[in-house]
Amino acid sequence: MTLQFNTETFRDDYSFRNSDRAIKRFPFPFHEDSYMYSVNMEQHRGGPAGSVFEMRFDVDEHYVSEMQDRALVLAEDPLRCQSLPHMTLAGWDTLELIMVSKSEDYPDLFELHRDGDRWRWINKPMGIDHSFTFLDETTLPCGPLEYITRQAQGDFAVLDQRGEMLYMDAGMVTTQADWSLDFDIGMDFFEWHAPVPLAHEMGIFKRALKFLLNIQQGAPARRLNWTMTVNPLLDTSPENYHKWGVQKTTLTPENIGAKQHLRVELQTFYRLPRSNALLFPIRCYLIAFQDLVSIPKWGRRLHRVVRDLPDELATYKGFIDNRPKMLEYLGRFDDGLPTSPGVWPDLDTEPPLQR
Amino acid sequence: MTAAPQKAKAGAEKIEVEVSAVVPLNDLVTRFEFKRRDGAAFPPFSAGAHTVVEMQDAGRTRLNPYSLMSDPADQSIYAISVRRDDEGRGGSLFMHRNVKVGDAMTITYPVNLFPLDLRGRKHVFLAGGIGITPFMAMIAHLERMGGAWELHYACRSKALGSYADELSSRHPNKVHVYYDDQKQAIALEDLLDGQPLGTHVYVCGPQGMIRWVHETAQTHGWPDENVHSEEFLAPQPGKPFEVRLCKSDMVIQVGEHESLLEAMERCGVDAPFLCRGGACGQCETDVVEADGEFIHRDHWLDDDEHASGKKIMPCVSRFVGKALVLDR
Repeated sequence: MTLQFNTETFRDDYSFRNSDRAIKRFPFPFHEDSYMYSVNMEQHRGGPAGSVFEMRFDVDEHYVSEMQDRALVLAEDPLRCQSLPHMTLAGWDTLELIMVSKSEDYPDLFELHRDGDRWRWINKPMGIDHSFTFLDETTLPCGPLEYITRQAQGDFAVLDQRGEMLYMDAGMVTTQADWSLDFDIGMDFFEWHAPVPLAHEMGIFKRALKFLLNIQQGAPARRLNWTMTVNPLLDTSPENYHKWGVQKTTLTPENIGAKQHLRVELQTFYRLPRSNALLFPIRCYLIAFQDLVSIPKWGRRLHRVVRDLPDELATYKGFIDNRPKMLEYLGRFDDGLPTSPGVWPDLDTEPPLQR
Repeated sequence: MTAAPQKAKAGAEKIEVEVSAVVPLNDLVTRFEFKRRDGAAFPPFSAGAHTVVEMQDAGRTRLNPYSLMSDPADQSIYAISVRRDDEGRGGSLFMHRNVKVGDAMTITYPVNLFPLDLRGRKHVFLAGGIGITPFMAMIAHLERMGGAWELHYACRSKALGSYADELSSRHPNKVHVYYDDQKQAIALEDLLDGQPLGTHVYVCGPQGMIRWVHETAQTHGWPDENVHSEEFLAPQPGKPFEVRLCKSDMVIQVGEHESLLEAMERCGVDAPFLCRGGACGQCETDVVEADGEFIHRDHWLDDDEHASGKKIMPCVSRFVGKALVLDR
């Protein structure tokens, strides 16, 4: 399969679009008609062919445009990428993991040639052909974490593990759901999760931490998380809330199908071999409501999930004010028929909308 | 999340290896070197990591953790050094007596429960006897990365000082060896007293040494988080006992020379584990009912949890009494 990369924007005129293929492979996060927190971890060892779970780092039609958007964010705010001094080795670990994975998983797009510490990296979609010395920062234009994550979709949090605790000690964060690396840098796992409602009382974070501390080399894990975004914005950061927050008030019954997006994060977790740090890639996928409801099962289910979500969660995810409008729109795509279990579209077996 | 829920496998991922060298170092310690059977490179590892070696000993599977002591930058081999324990349960004896060059074996991916604190401005290593092994990898790593370190290595005698000569000649200004039979001892208080701010101390050796270092450091005002230790516990033999496993719906017998974890595995119960030495927490199991006394030996549960009788670490802990029911 040869990937065609879109020319599109995630700001200003918002020309971002999903192709039919991208719609069908969208990581729909609801396996049943309701949603509540769970640790919901599974091993990250591939998935169905063509799905976003198949490769270690999914590369899709938005790759080149997303990297351009990241460069714009970094030009305005260099603090979106930070690495405390002891995290440089973890940066090299990250670079190695991504280069090895992408060159093996997408040999037509990426090549890595290694002769001892002399490495040559070829990134065809971005037109990069660069030779450097592994573990020698002076041979890269910037630190290893920044270098490789300017070429990899999604945000990256790099967590140091010390004494049964994880610390947010490095990262590249430009496509985030309203959290800030600059604010969280150096915090421990419970501190940076403090704003999340309900989950602490449910003991979710204690269990999640225990799970993450025990993620081992060679056995990565993954989970999905989700929220809502008006307009296909990658950078919904607290730093820029004054720019995007107001856009939430622009929804009308006429434009909601095109403007309102479900935002899904494919979160993966890797133990980094040389530093023993934990790499936490957070990959963001956006889909407009009008595209999502083209899959009948997803249209039915999203209506039910949004309708029944506890108020605390709708508030935390930032769409409590828009919920009535969303339900009015989504209700048109819910005919009350039962839905099949699991997240897949099941286009061959699920009936079309009965109205 | 996506398809059917997957059940996590017990233990770390495995690597098929061939024994490429067996090097006796002295009367007690032998080094074993492994190559991958598929010819590929080993995964890089972080200094301080261990691997669990699977031994097929006359129909019985033994799983023992050993620190990786080869250079973490060298992906062509993994090496461990094994001290023969004549009083132990037989794993080290099997390695010494039965394992030959060319043997096929299975080891796990590296797991690190004793990592370097990479924030450290300086790293001081305190080794007792076979406790030298993780420091071999840490020293190689810091030499490569240009980190500051020094080693204080206590061993019984010159003849039993594994790697002492090699280390001393390579790093004469950083390595200090102390021989018990010459009445030499680490001057710990002076050593701790003279360290610059941001120094981390690591100790690996017998239990008494580990306690001594922690207590002395604490008395001298060192923050706990700057003092690191690793001690693998070998399961100790004990009186046989009976356990009912509710989820598996079976009653099993734990023999005198096997651990509770090993007995579960022998009976086909897929119980989680990682280090098998009471340190990692993976095998933690809920107690449903108990009429008797626990013999807790792990480093994972805290004193309150031990006293509560609600949890047990089956890799090293045992039970004496009338009835034990576990949620497994």
